[in-house]
Amino acid sequence: MAKHIETVIKGNLSRTVQNGGCGKCQTSCQSACKTSCTVGNQICEK
Amino acid sequence: MLNLENYQIAKNVHLYQHQGLNIAYDVNSGSLHLLDTKTYNYIQEMVDLQNRSVNNPCETQNILECAGSWLNPAERMEILQELGELQAQHLLFSPEINKVDLNYPKEPIIKAMCLHVAHDCNLRCRYCFAGTGSFGGKRKLMSLETGKLALAFLLEHSGDRPQCEVDFFGGEPLLNFPVVRELVAYGREIARKAGKKIKFTLTTNAVLLNEDIADFLEKEEVAVVLSLDGRQEINDRMRSFANGQGSYEQIVPLIQEFIKKRPDTSPYALGKYYYVRGTYTHYNPDFYQDVLHLADLGIKRISLEPVVALSGEDYALKEEDIPMVMDSYDILGEKVLEYKQQGREFSFFHFNAGLDEGPCLPKRLSGCGAGHEYVAISPEGDIYPCHQFVGQEKYRLGTLVHPGQELLPALVEKFRQANIYAKEECVYCWARFSCSGGCHAANVAYSGELTKVYPLNCALQKKRLEIAYYLKIKEAQAKALLADNF
Repeated sequence: MAKHIETVIKGNLSRTVQNGGCGKCQTSCQSACKTSCTVGNQICEK
Repeated sequence: MLNLENYQIAKNVHLYQHQGLNIAYDVNSGSLHLLDTKTYNYIQEMVDLQNRSVNNPCETQNILECAGSWLNPAERMEILQELGELQAQHLLFSPEINKVDLNYPKEPIIKAMCLHVAHDCNLRCRYCFAGTGSFGGKRKLMSLETGKLALAFLLEHSGDRPQCEVDFFGGEPLLNFPVVRELVAYGREIARKAGKKIKFTLTTNAVLLNEDIADFLEKEEVAVVLSLDGRQEINDRMRSFANGQGSYEQIVPLIQEFIKKRPDTSPYALGKYYYVRGTYTHYNPDFYQDVLHLADLGIKRISLEPVVALSGEDYALKEEDIPMVMDSYDILGEKVLEYKQQGREFSFFHFNAGLDEGPCLPKRLSGCGAGHEYVAISPEGDIYPCHQFVGQEKYRLGTLVHPGQELLPALVEKFRQANIYAKEECVYCWARFSCSGGCHAANVAYSGELTKVYPLNCALQKKRLEIAYYLKIKEAQAKALLADNF
């Protein structure tokens, strides 16, 4: 049990280089904003 | 044991404190950690030493030995051990992702389209980048024929993408509702024949959103983005009819009625969702009050965005507004938690953060895809990289009217290359995989170039992400507390 660091979310972004890019998710600017790029506010729809 | 050889900490680990929490975001894995104060200070010291290492005898490789001399040796070893374990698991200080080669096919694959079915509007919003609806040209509605050409073009250029997206936009698209209705039917038919699906959205000011139209949008599962800026005096100052009368009183009941149909709408804008979207300006840097006003109206999905404006405009955000804007995001973060506790949950779009379920790296690198995956079509059938470039001749990609002249290859290539690797401010930025270099149109409006970023947007983006990650931690803590109670 870690004493000094609590990992809240375990991400795997680097691993998505190989299996990502299916294009199923919505284009970021179509979703809710229309004036700012918001890729980080979306989720994967695969 | 932690290894920092050739590792640039500030570029790859973002450390910050918010509301008494010490937070570390690992850029390359997307992992999120909560640190005790000693560990936070220890890592921060490493960062400071590394930043000064050029003129400091403590060279990068010796940082581990130089930092943390104020910790007792056993504790220092413990922390280093934990950091080393997390590094071995690629969760903190994880390896920097090598530059990804974005190999695009010669012919662009277009998957999303903003269809400007009306270059006319029943409102005269002062900040409208569409020149109060006309985009600097004549007020005009798109013909059904042009709309059909556009949808056919999208499907023909969508390659192996199984799903395409079409947003009915304007001006005000409901001014051309008969064409919208026909195009949804036509789009469904040609998509079915092509073995694909089209996801439709409609962005409207809600003035004409009657029961008939609402029923149609429900039946056809069209996602809807509704425009409203917040408090009546704020909304009406910018969003008025041609006679100067404010729009708030007319549209609020229509929006409230419509959203009742979608109680389970997705905060991540999936499926048949709605979002109420507004703009904040120099006149409401305390825009958190507008978000709360919308939440108090019963609106659950809210997005409020900074105005895109030339610096000379009275409503453009000014330097002196920024502290209040930043405070607004801070206050809003706490209000999101407070409202949730009170059973009045709402979501603020820019506080969404998928992290472990977020978009893949290829998506994060391609950003909005404007100009090569995403295009906008004017009522005349002209093609532009996105809705914000419509009417700017320099950025016209081509036309639907003359086959073979749709997508100017040199301009497509320019947009393909305008990614984070081409923007010097992005290369070392911890937010690079979340904002993807920002909005092309905002960058061009600020600097005249696709690859020079707009610093104000960078600052706002980072602030929003910091709060989004903080809320993720609070959410996880609340869940853990709940689990402990059972």
